[in-house]
Amino acid sequence: MSTTTPAAPPVVKPPAPKTSFASRFGWPLGFLILAIVVFSFNQWILPETNGDFRTGYNNWLPMTAVNEAVIWAIFALGLNIVVGYSGLLDLGYVAFWGIGGYVAGWLMAPFANQVTPAWANLSVNIFGHPLPGQDRGIHINFWLVLIIAALVCALAGVIIGAPTLRLKSDYLALVTLGFGEILPEVFRNGEHVGPDGKWNITNGTKGITGIDQIPTGPFQLIPGVPATIGTFDLTFKFIVFAFLLAVAMFVSLRIREGRLGRAWLAIREDELAASMMGVPLMRIKLSAYAVGAAFGGIGGVCYATHVGGVLADRFNFSVSITLLAMVVLGGMGNVWGVTVGALVLAWINSTGLAQLGNVWNDATGSNVNFASHNFLIFGAVLVLFMLFRREGLIPETRTKQVLQEPERGEIESLGAEMEGTAENTAAEGTKK
Amino acid sequence: MTQTAIAASEVKPRRLPRETAVSALGLLLVAAVVVWVLYEAIKSPQEFASLIVAGAGNGALYALIALGYTMVYGIIELINFSHGDLFMLATVLSGIICVSLFNVDSFGFGAVGAVALALLISMAAAALVNVAAERVAYRRLRRAPKLAPLITAVGLSFMYQWFGQRQFMTGSAPKQWSTMFGDDGFNIGDVRVPYTTVTVIAITIPLLLLMVYIVQRTRAGKAMRAVAQDQDAARLMGIDVDRTITFVFALGGGLAGAAGLLYLQSVGTSNYNLGFRLGLIAFTAAVLGGIGNLQGAVLGGFLLGILSSLNDGMLLGQQWSMTVVFTVLILLMVFKPEGILGSPTTEKV
Repeated sequence: MSTTTPAAPPVVKPPAPKTSFASRFGWPLGFLILAIVVFSFNQWILPETNGDFRTGYNNWLPMTAVNEAVIWAIFALGLNIVVGYSGLLDLGYVAFWGIGGYVAGWLMAPFANQVTPAWANLSVNIFGHPLPGQDRGIHINFWLVLIIAALVCALAGVIIGAPTLRLKSDYLALVTLGFGEILPEVFRNGEHVGPDGKWNITNGTKGITGIDQIPTGPFQLIPGVPATIGTFDLTFKFIVFAFLLAVAMFVSLRIREGRLGRAWLAIREDELAASMMGVPLMRIKLSAYAVGAAFGGIGGVCYATHVGGVLADRFNFSVSITLLAMVVLGGMGNVWGVTVGALVLAWINSTGLAQLGNVWNDATGSNVNFASHNFLIFGAVLVLFMLFRREGLIPETRTKQVLQEPERGEIESLGAEMEGTAENTAAEGTKK
Repeated sequence: MTQTAIAASEVKPRRLPRETAVSALGLLLVAAVVVWVLYEAIKSPQEFASLIVAGAGNGALYALIALGYTMVYGIIELINFSHGDLFMLATVLSGIICVSLFNVDSFGFGAVGAVALALLISMAAAALVNVAAERVAYRRLRRAPKLAPLITAVGLSFMYQWFGQRQFMTGSAPKQWSTMFGDDGFNIGDVRVPYTTVTVIAITIPLLLLMVYIVQRTRAGKAMRAVAQDQDAARLMGIDVDRTITFVFALGGGLAGAAGLLYLQSVGTSNYNLGFRLGLIAFTAAVLGGIGNLQGAVLGGFLLGILSSLNDGMLLGQQWSMTVVFTVLILLMVFKPEGILGSPTTEKV
């Protein structure tokens, strides 16, 4: 009897999961540990150290600069959704920063009294925590304002995007740039608008001051945590901003894996193919704009509480460009790369360049004012990165393929134009 | 390109009701602007005429810068953001030549010679810088995704601004220069026409005609049009693509140089961040006229100059001028993205 039992099928070892623990949780854990270290160092250790060390440390890494860098990172992540994920160039992202800031200015400050004479006695307080003696006007809880600002900015993003997203990418860049120029001008001149110039919607170049404090809610039960985070509780502000940054990262990472995120990546890589696969281009692009803008709104409110006011002069083109540089240099599409790029560039802008310049001057005995050369440094870095490392410092694997690999000429010679010329040829065809 | 499959469908698609509505709305907007302009013209003709003259002077400058933009865009579809800053460098250079070297401060035989020399030098220098930028940066990025050359252009624009910021250039604060004509001018009726306006227009129009001649009548122009249509096919036909693109950059730079000198002579101030604002306005002008179309750029420049001058004088005032310019741009994008003179099938450059 040759009843040899059929050979047992070879045991196929299931392929090892591609993502190891380190690669999945390395970055998030790193971020968490860094945030805890920064907080505890500044909260408990630094006040105990001797004066010299403290001065030196505060020259290099003051807490305000750290907080500001964290806020920049929130903005950069928002821009990353538009530019990095969806491949839509936005040169006017500063508009959302401004809108978020002014939402805070309206809803979290005494300013609402000045908008129109009829509102002079307005006093609304919805869980708000106004600064002492400034409890008139509208005061809404910081956490609620975050949501409101995100919604307002998302709406603004849709309004800006809707008329222009049908256009080719260059035109889109230009129109966003236009909005980024119009809105600051509205902020600057918004002191006398409307019929007879009676409405004061932005307080002009004087800006809005007296932004509310951040309430800590249930966390105030923990000993040592203040009930409201005032202007000088920088370390607690850091915790709030870092938490929001973490939320922004989490949202970015999760959306990317989902249906919407994959649709964004698809239109970034080939719009025509994506639409053939049934991706509704307009809706997906608009949602990219809306989500990116919502991050901008959150960041704008954070920035308003960070500086305790809203100043119209802050919102100019160079902000948009700096954000773009953060996204591009950090690594378009890679959340961690963009975050690192934003933190580093923001620090260089605020204190790093001047401090490094001082070290250089002390070491060589020269007298170079490095801060006055920031245009050259920024410009040269942008150009060099575009020439030699287009995918950024910490590239995303997919972006790297897209940016580094395709020789457009090769594909074109096979009969396909990559960028948006399909409409033109179609139009030509119908004209004949 | 896969022409055949698409060209076979010769049936004209039915216009969607939405498209009709959009174009009707656009026409309505244009009509409203025209009515407003006519109303202002009848109400105060003298003020209106002087605003038109001032606007035409500005418009000619916008047109010159827009020409450079539109030529470069026409051939390699690159928004050359650094063009405005190149223009800024040219204003400073021409100021240094005219004022620091030759002390031009009034009209005279020597002054005209000095200004003409400055015109030539600043045109040559700007052309050289533009060609160098193309050589070093843009050429390597020609096959890269579109974002790359655009960001490179922004980076170059920063570097130019840094150079303009140096103390021997214009410094970080606005700088005043003496000019050949100053505020001199002549009167037509009650309307004062500055000599500078006449000069600017008298130089812009011939330059436009020269450009049109080069693009449409010369061999180099034919090569440009071919490269604009299809670089690979042009290369197969024996056209030196690199040299053609370099030539276009040289022409664009030269136009920016000319615009720089004329701006300095008519306004008399220079500032390191001047190029950003004027570059944006000029690009809007180029889009308004139909990007890639030379006559369109000039038309767009004049229209935009006159419109913003009317706004400064009669509508919202100068503090809103960028808003007006960009509102025009955005409305244009919505209603007629191909511009006034451009049509979807227009030949580029």
